Amino acid sequence: MIERFNPLKGERLRVLDDEGRAVPDLDPGLADAELRLLYERMVRTRAADAKALKLQRQGRLGTYAPSLGHEAAQVGLASAMARDDWFFPYFRDLGAYITLGYPLADYYHFWMGNEAGMRTPDGLNIFPIAIPVGSQVPQAVGAGIAVKYRKLSAAVVTTFGDGATSEGDFHEGLNYAGVYRTPNVFVCVNNQFAISVPRSRQTGAATLAQKAVAYGFAGVQVDGNDVLAVFAATREALAIARGGGGPTLIEAFTYRMGDHTTSDDAARYRTKEEVQEWERRDPLARFRLYLGRKRLWDEAYEKEVQAAAAEFVEKAVSEAEARPPASAEDIFSSTYSSIPPALEVQLAELKASLPEGRR
Amino acid sequence: MIMTMVQAINRALAGELQRDDRVIVFGEDVGRDGGVFRATEGLYDKFGPERVMDTPLAESGAIGAAIGMAALGLRPVPEIQFMGFIYPAFNQIISHVARLRNRTRGRFTAPLTIRTPYGAGVKALEHHSESTEALFCHIPGLTVVVPSNPYDAKGLLTASIRSDDPVIFLEPTKLYRAEKQEVPEEPYELALRKAAVVREGRDLSIIAWGAMIPVARETAASAEAEGVSAEIVDLRTLSPMDRETIVTSVKKTGRALVLHEAPKTCGLGAEISATIGESALLSLNAPVARVTAPDITVPLPKSEDLYYPNAERVLRAVRKLMEY
Repeated sequence: MIERFNPLKGERLRVLDDEGRAVPDLDPGLADAELRLLYERMVRTRAADAKALKLQRQGRLGTYAPSLGHEAAQVGLASAMARDDWFFPYFRDLGAYITLGYPLADYYHFWMGNEAGMRTPDGLNIFPIAIPVGSQVPQAVGAGIAVKYRKLSAAVVTTFGDGATSEGDFHEGLNYAGVYRTPNVFVCVNNQFAISVPRSRQTGAATLAQKAVAYGFAGVQVDGNDVLAVFAATREALAIARGGGGPTLIEAFTYRMGDHTTSDDAARYRTKEEVQEWERRDPLARFRLYLGRKRLWDEAYEKEVQAAAAEFVEKAVSEAEARPPASAEDIFSSTYSSIPPALEVQLAELKASLPEGRR
Repeated sequence: MIMTMVQAINRALAGELQRDDRVIVFGEDVGRDGGVFRATEGLYDKFGPERVMDTPLAESGAIGAAIGMAALGLRPVPEIQFMGFIYPAFNQIISHVARLRNRTRGRFTAPLTIRTPYGAGVKALEHHSESTEALFCHIPGLTVVVPSNPYDAKGLLTASIRSDDPVIFLEPTKLYRAEKQEVPEEPYELALRKAAVVREGRDLSIIAWGAMIPVARETAASAEAEGVSAEIVDLRTLSPMDRETIVTSVKKTGRALVLHEAPKTCGLGAEISATIGESALLSLNAPVARVTAPDITVPLPKSEDLYYPNAERVLRAVRKLMEY
């Protein structure tokens, strides 16, 4: 399927049209329960994201990068992954985290300001989020090299935004991947903006997907607001990777409905009309229409899903907020495999100045 | 077996490749070519292209890849061809290698060893002579190691590769073939985070590392002829630093001279000097002296001798210390 959509010709993979009708030969053919699961994950993502914004406004969570509008891309790509696949995320991947089973309380805990939240639970192969932009790309390729060397069955997925494609690490990583034919799937979530700078200022190329051509592997642009398209493309790319066919670049074409972060005001650099235009392409609404056509969605189901999502979110918030802040011991003890003597002295000095609970 | 430092490094790599199949050596020209200094000579033929990999010319890519490899259980040993070319990988080293353990509270670590030749004295091209170890010593989470002779090079590199912490292993280019020494065939470790008193003395302590150790020895021999007994502390691990050995030595001798080939300002000498001030002030008979390169760009080879501290300059500083 990836082969059928040539980014150099401006072709884009789309399974669902605006009315939620699927193109029959592109439909990934998921069972009813799986389709509902995709929807439920997107609803949970949206609820968890809205809650994070609210918590930030109330001073209960730090600067936060919202995911509104990215639900189909995030949930679609992560739903295609297998349990032993590796994920190297960027900083706007809430839906992927939820889909892969990362505890939401941990995720909140991190954004509330505690590194402990990025301690991936054992058994999950999720690298910590990358904030410096693009630096996760060569790391994911290194994981791909290790997978090949250790003859594991896993593939490696990494995500990044359109801005990251201008970084040297994007080039170095994809170039390595092309040379070593690593089992990598690169998903560029093109949400049209790197903070305020539009996609047209990142590259003179017509699409981001076509950059793969120069690295010697396939690239495909997909409708990032179409969860089935993202799912289908990722599933195929993962199968290619696991089968020894090398890497793939997927460009999920979407739009950042919110601000870059809670410190940003997107109204400074884009029009209301443009945002409204994209509201009409809302990924959840479109998938609801599709489910409705298949009689998998009605008002009662919606209520049930929303209630479950709200409960899921509230439970995570309570759990995260019940955790104490990091102690002096916590912030010193993971700098090295063992604390060097001079650092022990600094820790002792700090502890001596602290009340019992913070030591 | 009698060998040079570059041969000792080669033996350390071979030993670890042999002992542990998680060890992967890679970088530009390290494979078929055996490295531009021949540090990896013969390893490609012996261990194959999967264990000793030639990579694209991309430093950030190499260190980024090393992080991913380490996270999946390997022990990567990337080579950066010269320290002057390490800067494209700075983001990977500082933002990720150094802090991966902390930012995941130990779930993921980066037990990799970045080897790179460094330092002046071989009449090389621009960007091939700098000594910027202090940049890395400033970053929590990194271990910075510098050997000063073949025996130490093998033991310290072996320990670095086996360490659970990321190590920046700086190889003084000037010493690669400067001396030959007896180096055991079998693998052995020299403890990291430990300095060594390589010459005992009574009147002053010279604290140095890497290519400055031979300069310190030459100075000590001249000083001896003038009736001054100099002790030499070879730091070996620059960070985390073995402050105890430095302070113990200075308390004994009562005078300290820090010697490094990096520029003076914010060089490691400043940290050592401050440590001595904090912990051995009342033992000092004179202020701590620093003999370093000046705060200028390393000159091209025709004037390199003006830059690099030599025994003559160090001896003048020793005399001043003794006369204080």
